[in-house]
Amino acid sequence: MDLNRRRFLQFLGMGAVGTVSVSAAAAESSSLEDASGGYGVLVDTTECIGCRKCEYACNREHRLTDLPLERYEDTSVFETERWLQANAYTVVNRFPNPEDEAKPVFVKSQCLHCLDPACASACLVGALQRQENGAVTYDAWKCMGCRYCMVACPFQVPAYEYDNALTPQVRKCTLCATRTAQEGGLPACVEMCPQNCLTYGKRSELLALAHEKIDGNPELYEDHVYGETEAGGTSWLYLAARPFTELKFQEIGPEPIPRLTETIQHSIFKFGALPLMLYGMLGAVMRIARSGHGGHVETTAEEEVS
Amino acid sequence: MAADITYAPVQRRFFTPGVCVLLALMATAMALAVYRFIFGLESVTNLTNQYPWGLWIGVDVATGVALAAGGFTTSALAHIFHRKRFEAVVRPALLTAMLGYTFVGLGLMLDLGRYYNIWHPAWPTMWQGNSVLFEVGMCVMAYLTVLYSEFAPIVCERFIGRVNLPGRLASWNGTVDRMLRSVNGTLGRVMFLLIIAGVVLSCMHQSSLGALMLIAPYKMHALWYTPILPLLFLMSAIAVGYPMVVFESMLASRSFGRKPEMDVLTPLSAFIPIFLGIYLVTKTADLLMRDVYPLVFEGSFQSFMFLLEMGGGVVLPFAMLLSSRMRRSPRMLFSASMLVVLGVLVNRINVFLVAYRPPRAESAYIPSVAEVLITAGLIATLMLVYRVMVTLFPVLPKEHPAALPGEN
Repeated sequence: MDLNRRRFLQFLGMGAVGTVSVSAAAAESSSLEDASGGYGVLVDTTECIGCRKCEYACNREHRLTDLPLERYEDTSVFETERWLQANAYTVVNRFPNPEDEAKPVFVKSQCLHCLDPACASACLVGALQRQENGAVTYDAWKCMGCRYCMVACPFQVPAYEYDNALTPQVRKCTLCATRTAQEGGLPACVEMCPQNCLTYGKRSELLALAHEKIDGNPELYEDHVYGETEAGGTSWLYLAARPFTELKFQEIGPEPIPRLTETIQHSIFKFGALPLMLYGMLGAVMRIARSGHGGHVETTAEEEVS
Repeated sequence: MAADITYAPVQRRFFTPGVCVLLALMATAMALAVYRFIFGLESVTNLTNQYPWGLWIGVDVATGVALAAGGFTTSALAHIFHRKRFEAVVRPALLTAMLGYTFVGLGLMLDLGRYYNIWHPAWPTMWQGNSVLFEVGMCVMAYLTVLYSEFAPIVCERFIGRVNLPGRLASWNGTVDRMLRSVNGTLGRVMFLLIIAGVVLSCMHQSSLGALMLIAPYKMHALWYTPILPLLFLMSAIAVGYPMVVFESMLASRSFGRKPEMDVLTPLSAFIPIFLGIYLVTKTADLLMRDVYPLVFEGSFQSFMFLLEMGGGVVLPFAMLLSSRMRRSPRMLFSASMLVVLGVLVNRINVFLVAYRPPRAESAYIPSVAEVLITAGLIATLMLVYRVMVTLFPVLPKEHPAALPGEN
């Protein structure tokens, strides 16, 4: 990605608009440091027992389904891999553990709440926005339903209510933004988790905790906190005893996903410089071409026909 | 070439067997569209959470915008570069662009989940300047306004001095006539500004349309995912402008039983291999620079579609149109132009649908029959409206009854 951006800027430079690319390069250095004040959740998958109580809590909190708690004890759902749906903001999947077959790995999935979310950058009306506390939230009132956010998300998280004819919504984890806005409020899944699996807190503190855990038990943990750098960093962070690719985590580089498009956007259209230049050039061409053709009669003829 | 072309409404029987087929396609699509608005997207499309964009975005919107490029490319040629000999194709190209963009809007309305919010991007509190789609949306809205303003004088020309309202409204004839003259006069004075604006806006959103998919690096096939995709989109839009004008001009001539306007189309087509050549060189350089050219022969569906797009849509028509004999033959010129048009269609389908490979997708997206029928219906309706417009308004050059067989 980084390579792509550099190549694009080089390309711009070749196009003799060096000044534009310089201003773009300056703009791109906006770092994600300020995001460290945001909150997130650390998921220690080595602690997860696959009880699916987080699914239950989430479904109840967001009124997605009203299945009773007992129904979540059904382990047959683990036989096929499930993924997020318009009525499932979080799902737990089971993966075989090649080292110890009796101890499969359970992984909870939901929106990772990126620090520089592609969905929010893609949304043309600002319906998706990253809040200061780290949650990436959705405002259905603004949404046009173009689903560009779904195209943009590298984790394929947002789901759509295709069956709703009049008021379909983009659906995904909200990080329980309304609950956590209150003092001491926890996301529903975190509150419900009976294990030591989900920890809610400041992202910077969660990262420290994650590395502490890895350092304290390097035999158990993979030396990788998923979400620390992926896509420029995410609010949800994962620890695992197995390589993340084995657990169907996607390999995503450290470059924030929207960098390339935003660089293109803001370098070409900065202050409308390039379009205005083009406008001026074409105006000059028009003038020269017309005078060159002795535009005495034709000027009026043109104004009528064009 | 004479600059003083006169235009006239076409006088032909409106209903032909072809028109009836178009009407049937339109009626089918309308019924399906009603169904879609009552029962939702799921009832008619094969869209999923993994494939949120389908045929309607790839064809109705993306290809629709590209194929409307005849509008700005001919207006640039005739009015900015002042090549008056091409004046004869400006009006039909303008009409096609105006209708094309109108139907892009209609197609988009069908695809949007909350279509009644389509105006939101124009509302300042919801502006989101980081979004490529925002830029596309604003440009398309602005350009549509320019296109209607460019077409308005043609409507005025039709009625000025001929306003004849029915019955009691006849007393307003003079007022309406004065209004038309004033609109026409005002537009005439600012037309040069609008013409340049149309070209600039086109360059902006044609390229931005190519930047849309750059936000999905982990889902796109490397043959199409390149940071210069916006440039390639702009180049291919420019390259398809004149082939599209040739294609529709000859189609219209045939449909109305007129002689193909080879005296304009042949010189116009001389530009096509230049633009196709530039595109070909750029695309090849891109593949070589990114070291992805081995993927062309990887034998996958994607590589097959890529070869189809480049071979059939770029290399073949490029080679054909290099020959001036081919450019003078109506049949060969028509075939080559159609290849370029189909090539851009395949390219846009490739970028928006074929190249898009989300890792979690269980099965590939294949459009439903209803999606295909609605797209076909939109195209049919566009052709019908075109036919109505050229019979009502002076869009096509006036036929010279004694015209010599201008072709050999």
